[in-house]
Amino acid sequence: MRKYILIRAVYSVVTLWLLVTIIFGLVRLTGDPVTMKAEAGADAAYIAQLRHNWGLDQPLYRQYTSYIGNLLLGDFGHSFGKSLPVKTIYLERLPNSLKLGFAAFVISLVLGIPLGMLSALRVNTWWDSVGKTIALLGLSMPGFFVGLVLIIVFGVQLHWLPVLGKGASAFIWSNPSTWVPFWFKDWSHLAMPAFALGWYFAGAMLRITRSGMLDVLDSDYIKLVRLKGVPEQVVIAKHALKNSMIPVLTLAGLNLLIMVNVAVVIEVIFNWPGVGQLLYDGLSNRDFPMVQGVVLMSGVMIVVLNFVIDVLYGYVDPRIRLSR
Amino acid sequence: MATITRRMPLIIGVSQAVRRSSDVAREAPFIPLLVLTLLVFFAIFAPVIAPHSALDPVKPTREQCLAKYGMAACPYVDNVPPFWAHEGSVRTPLGTDFLGRDVLSRLMYGARISLVVALTGTLVAGVIGTLLGVLAGYLGRWWDQIIMRITDAWLTMPSLVFAILLSSVRGPGLWNIVVILALVFWSRYARVARGEVLTIRERDFVKLAEINGVRKLRIIFRHIVPNVINSVMVVFSLQVGVAVIIEASLSFLGVGVPPPEPSWGLMMAQERESLMEGKWWLAVFPGICITMLVLSANMLGDWLRVRLDPQLRNR
Repeated sequence: MRKYILIRAVYSVVTLWLLVTIIFGLVRLTGDPVTMKAEAGADAAYIAQLRHNWGLDQPLYRQYTSYIGNLLLGDFGHSFGKSLPVKTIYLERLPNSLKLGFAAFVISLVLGIPLGMLSALRVNTWWDSVGKTIALLGLSMPGFFVGLVLIIVFGVQLHWLPVLGKGASAFIWSNPSTWVPFWFKDWSHLAMPAFALGWYFAGAMLRITRSGMLDVLDSDYIKLVRLKGVPEQVVIAKHALKNSMIPVLTLAGLNLLIMVNVAVVIEVIFNWPGVGQLLYDGLSNRDFPMVQGVVLMSGVMIVVLNFVIDVLYGYVDPRIRLSR
Repeated sequence: MATITRRMPLIIGVSQAVRRSSDVAREAPFIPLLVLTLLVFFAIFAPVIAPHSALDPVKPTREQCLAKYGMAACPYVDNVPPFWAHEGSVRTPLGTDFLGRDVLSRLMYGARISLVVALTGTLVAGVIGTLLGVLAGYLGRWWDQIIMRITDAWLTMPSLVFAILLSSVRGPGLWNIVVILALVFWSRYARVARGEVLTIRERDFVKLAEINGVRKLRIIFRHIVPNVINSVMVVFSLQVGVAVIIEASLSFLGVGVPPPEPSWGLMMAQERESLMEGKWWLAVFPGICITMLVLSANMLGDWLRVRLDPQLRNR
């Protein structure tokens, strides 16, 4: 087991290094970080100054070593607009994104898993068609369209829910008394963005629950349990459900992190001050270190989570850890 | 008797072929195909069938001007509602936007942008990804290790975030998005193609070709690539929808197709202000277009996936 964890750890570090290198390379190959700050026809001296400030006038290997060195020290550079370390601003915004992500996660599970089970248990019936339709719509309606429709209906027409912002509650790192209440307040602000974000993932959840359930229901041990004359409810609740949840929960874990990181458009529409909006602000303020920092962080989070999932898999299923 | 038995296989073969092709026709998802055909038609013939220009404001009628400004000479009338509303007119069936441009015409031209960007982007990604995947799978060893490690690292990035990073250094522009989509999506094809090649390269026809001394390049293009195409097609059809959404999202955020081009995502972003004033139609029509396009692409992709993979039928 120890060897397995070690191999996975090395593997993750390699992935992380490749990811960081890819970002470094692509940013310099496909474009120029300076184009973002300086519009066409900007003063040459100004551009040279920018290059110097960001160390872009140095040889490539120097840029690379200092980039990697800074990352190892946890330094993501300084925000151009706010003259604060990117890390500080990022950490300030992260709880908001986590809150939105969790809420969307819950919505995707509550919608996706029961509907997926229903359509697997009533396969090729009317229920199944409804499930399939919802899954397709979930994957096809962009979240920002869902968000705009929600704003039109519940914000502008009915005036039920606030359209913008996250409400007054804030998560302040230096003040532990805000840590708990933050998660339980201002739900009316949370409802629409969370639904718009969770909508897409509900479709994905529905699909994977349905196919996982179908696979399990088709297996020999379910047939055996049924032959033994166990009541259908028990077959489903006790034997089928548990086994079909393994892929679902893996995907759910990954989805949670992805939701935290790809909520950009939703956060912009609802003016939700999370990391996605930070990315957007970075784009519109032409703040390259900020954009790169947010992107790197999302990569790091996902690599780390993948590692955790691999290790858990190894624990649960000996076949996996012995196969490599 | 003998003649009959000799002819039987041929007859059976023909009847099976006929039945199979009619099966395909019957099972093919009709509505998605219709929607896609319609959108492609709009995209190709937009200059001919669009009632107005996509970029210039519609000249208002005298009545519209008088109603809105109380004078006869005005540059344009903005935010005319769709035809069924009280102030709407059939001249601009889906209304006009904040600059007085005809929404219907812009939607038609917008189909061009969405289709061209999504299709070329995914196609380029497909070619690059498939080739790399085939190389990794067929050559094995170090090639496999290097290409697949890079692919894995590439796959960890959420595609939207990755696309935003690249667009921040490339700047807005239609062809820039194609480049970005190609860079973001190739890894998915590489994964699938490599997996397929691992089994194909053990098959007899590849082994025989190798024994006969056929060059590696020829084996790859003659024997391996044609056998991978099916799986690649499935990935392609499912990626097109994602590409449409990514393009719309980038344009929505202002780093995609630059104004005044009529990208659907951009149209939705520009109408967020009027949304708050209750002019819902301006943002809803482009949204419906995006949804219809992605939905049809996904349904077609699902159908293709099931058709090409017998294990998935009845699922």
